[in-house]
Amino acid sequence: MSGNGNGHAYKVVLGYGTCGIAAGATAVKEALEQEVESGGYDVDLDIAGCMGLCFKEPVVEIFDRDGCSVVYGDITAKKVPQLLEEHVGKGQVIEDWVVKKSEDPNACDGDFLANQLRVVLRNCGKINPESIEEYIEIGGYEAARKALTSMTPEEVIDEVSTSGIRGRGGAGFPTGTKWGFARKSPGDEKYLICNADEGDPGAFMDRSVLEGDPHTVLEGMILAGFAIGARQGYIYCRAEYPLALKRLDIAIEECHQKGFLGENIFGSDWSFDVKVKKGAGAFVCGEETAMMASIEGQRGMPKPRPPFPANSGLWGKPTNINNVETFAAIPWIIAEGGEKYADIGTEKSKGTKVFCLAGKVRRTGLAEVPMGYTLRQVIFDVGGGIAGGREFKAVQMGGPSGGCLPAEKLDTQVDYDQITAAGAIIGSGGMIVADNRTCMVDLARYFLSFTQDESCGKCTPCRIGTKRMLEILERICEGKGEPEDIEKLQILAGDIKDASLCALGGTAPNPVLTTLRYFKDEYEDHILNHKCAAGSCPALITLYIDAETCTGCAACVKVCPTDAITGEKKEPHVIDAEACIRCKMCLSRCPSESIIAE
Amino acid sequence: MEHECTCSTKFADVDDLRPLEEIIERYGSEKGALIPLLQEAQDAYGYLDEKIMREIAKRAGYQFSQVFGVATFFAQFRLKPIGEYLIKVCHGTACHVAGATQITDEVANQLGIKEGETTPDNKFTLESVMCLGACALAPIMVVGDDTHGKLKPTSIKKVLKHYAGPSGSQASEGDDAE
Ligand SMILES: Cc1cc2nc3c(=O)[nH]c(=O)nc-3n(C[C@H](O)[C@H](O)[C@H](O)COP(=O)(O)O)c2cc1C
Ligand code: FES
Repeated sequence: MSGNGNGHAYKVVLGYGTCGIAAGATAVKEALEQEVESGGYDVDLDIAGCMGLCFKEPVVEIFDRDGCSVVYGDITAKKVPQLLEEHVGKGQVIEDWVVKKSEDPNACDGDFLANQLRVVLRNCGKINPESIEEYIEIGGYEAARKALTSMTPEEVIDEVSTSGIRGRGGAGFPTGTKWGFARKSPGDEKYLICNADEGDPGAFMDRSVLEGDPHTVLEGMILAGFAIGARQGYIYCRAEYPLALKRLDIAIEECHQKGFLGENIFGSDWSFDVKVKKGAGAFVCGEETAMMASIEGQRGMPKPRPPFPANSGLWGKPTNINNVETFAAIPWIIAEGGEKYADIGTEKSKGTKVFCLAGKVRRTGLAEVPMGYTLRQVIFDVGGGIAGGREFKAVQMGGPSGGCLPAEKLDTQVDYDQITAAGAIIGSGGMIVADNRTCMVDLARYFLSFTQDESCGKCTPCRIGTKRMLEILERICEGKGEPEDIEKLQILAGDIKDASLCALGGTAPNPVLTTLRYFKDEYEDHILNHKCAAGSCPALITLYIDAETCTGCAACVKVCPTDAITGEKKEPHVIDAEACIRCKMCLSRCPSESIIAE
Repeated sequence: MEHECTCSTKFADVDDLRPLEEIIERYGSEKGALIPLLQEAQDAYGYLDEKIMREIAKRAGYQFSQVFGVATFFAQFRLKPIGEYLIKVCHGTACHVAGATQITDEVANQLGIKEGETTPDNKFTLESVMCLGACALAPIMVVGDDTHGKLKPTSIKKVLKHYAGPSGSQASEGDDAE
């Protein structure tokens, strides 16, 4: 953007996505509105989606007339008067609160952004997602206009094929090839679906894109609809994302007003429209055949493929499904050219991928990096390493279908094939970082309880097999594991992988298999020594108080549900191991971190 | 705005079929409209009473088994009434790793109910949900329409207090960010 886009001395932009709101952005918004009014500041207030700096939310970015900006983090309503008074009133930057300055990309935590390359997230946090004008001002809808008025559908598909982009929904299927199938499939009535179900716990890039830049996704869909010959598109968005749903509705309405959706788009003879379908809470509906069943109003159960959606999809018609992030990259590819996209990345994985950094990493948030970065670069250079000075133990990638990679795999490049070879999958791009307090057996149990719960029940290997595996894992976590259990898990895992109807069951054993591959000693420790070294599994740990550091504040005594903690005031306390039920309520209460779980 | 209407009569009574008629009217004979129909009915009544599901089947032309099948398949549909505020504690991976179990335990403790239950005064219902997409601020909990992040067991009491006043008198959102 040139300047700050209007005549005001400053433009103040508040990050107003779900994460910002969760961190208190609503109170900041009210405070900003109030202060600007009462202080009479010459300021244009605006909102934007998530910038990806989630660890610093609520985030406020202030632009001056030249377009130079300063990003402030951890802003609270209380800080707002001072922020406006110093920065806007006196033109003085409050250095202590700065996350990033435009002339100095390395300021403080600026390397979180400096180490990224943003294609999909190019507008997130920069424009007001509820204003089509702001999107148009930065070149939005030009790619769609160009394609619809001067390209053939085949040329659009060629450009996408040249880019080498592979679907970002998990399986990594080449998008150009998929569109080619749908284009060639006979029939006049075809459908396009945007998969915004984002069921993988720990992934939130689709939400961030939908909340921060919904028009990019719509533009990608207009291009795809034109390329394959679909006149009706659906966005299947999970109900857990109310803000994304609201912004999509606004964006679609704006498109109708501008004539970018509807009849004869951009004056061409092409017509295309988009409807939003709200999910109803079923992980399996992220699978394409289950999703189509759900759009048709049935229970979301997968069907065997073939027939593939390209031949017989929604209401039996040729259908093409892509993920939100895939669609969001398309306008860039058409505008900048497929070759430019293909220049980024590795031989077989092109372009950039958005990863969601969460868990025990210092800077949690969105990291869009070129394919080929190493895990170490993503977690340590972008993510800043492990929080609280602890030790890196593993990174979980690909959610319930994925796996955990240990420290010795940190130099693996993020590339579909290399991550798969290492034992995990890129999947949707969730990266949950675990430190030495995370128990890998418990994590495997957690994922199995997830898949077991989400199994639709149609096929037996998935319905019953995951239940048996879960029972074994629960038993191990309770200290009742048997030495044969490891082999039993492996056999069951193989059977479930081979015999399940859809990829939900087919990939469900993965979290168990990779933890067995890299952390077998932890399973053995649980089974043979009845120990959980991470201090996590309640049945296998003892809680005690470090007498050296305990200040005798009695905070723990107040919360202990079984009155297991005793001691004189201001003297070290003790936990009665017999009475302790290891609920760990006391752990988070202790101001001196004197309670130890082992 | 985050908190719009929190009046105590948030949901329609299941004996009053007017809201349902209006919903069915709006969807008419749209293809595949069963899920949105149920979603809107639940928004209007707070849950899906058997009576409502039977009416939907009859008026919108479905088998009751079809309606019931869909309503029990999806996690979002509830067959029992809920309190004024639905508390959803996230148990997605990031929140699990960050201690979601202790958050649920603490909420349950404070309210004296178990997961899936409603307080006797009909104020709160406690549920566990999968990822809410704010993983970077884990652990996460949603109360009504408000998302609360970076929770600690010690912060639960304050969050709940905020909603605990008489019906509809929710205290204004203070500066409760860390
Ligand atoms: C159990 C299961 C859950 C899935 N969940 C999602 C999801 O939440 N979002 C998504 O985009 N794809 C999901 N997929 C993959 C889709 O079936 C499909 O491959 C994808 O949407 C295709 O888009 P793409 O080619 O752009 O990757 C899931 C697959 C399975 C088997
Ligand atoms: S895991 Fe809780 S918000 Fe994603």
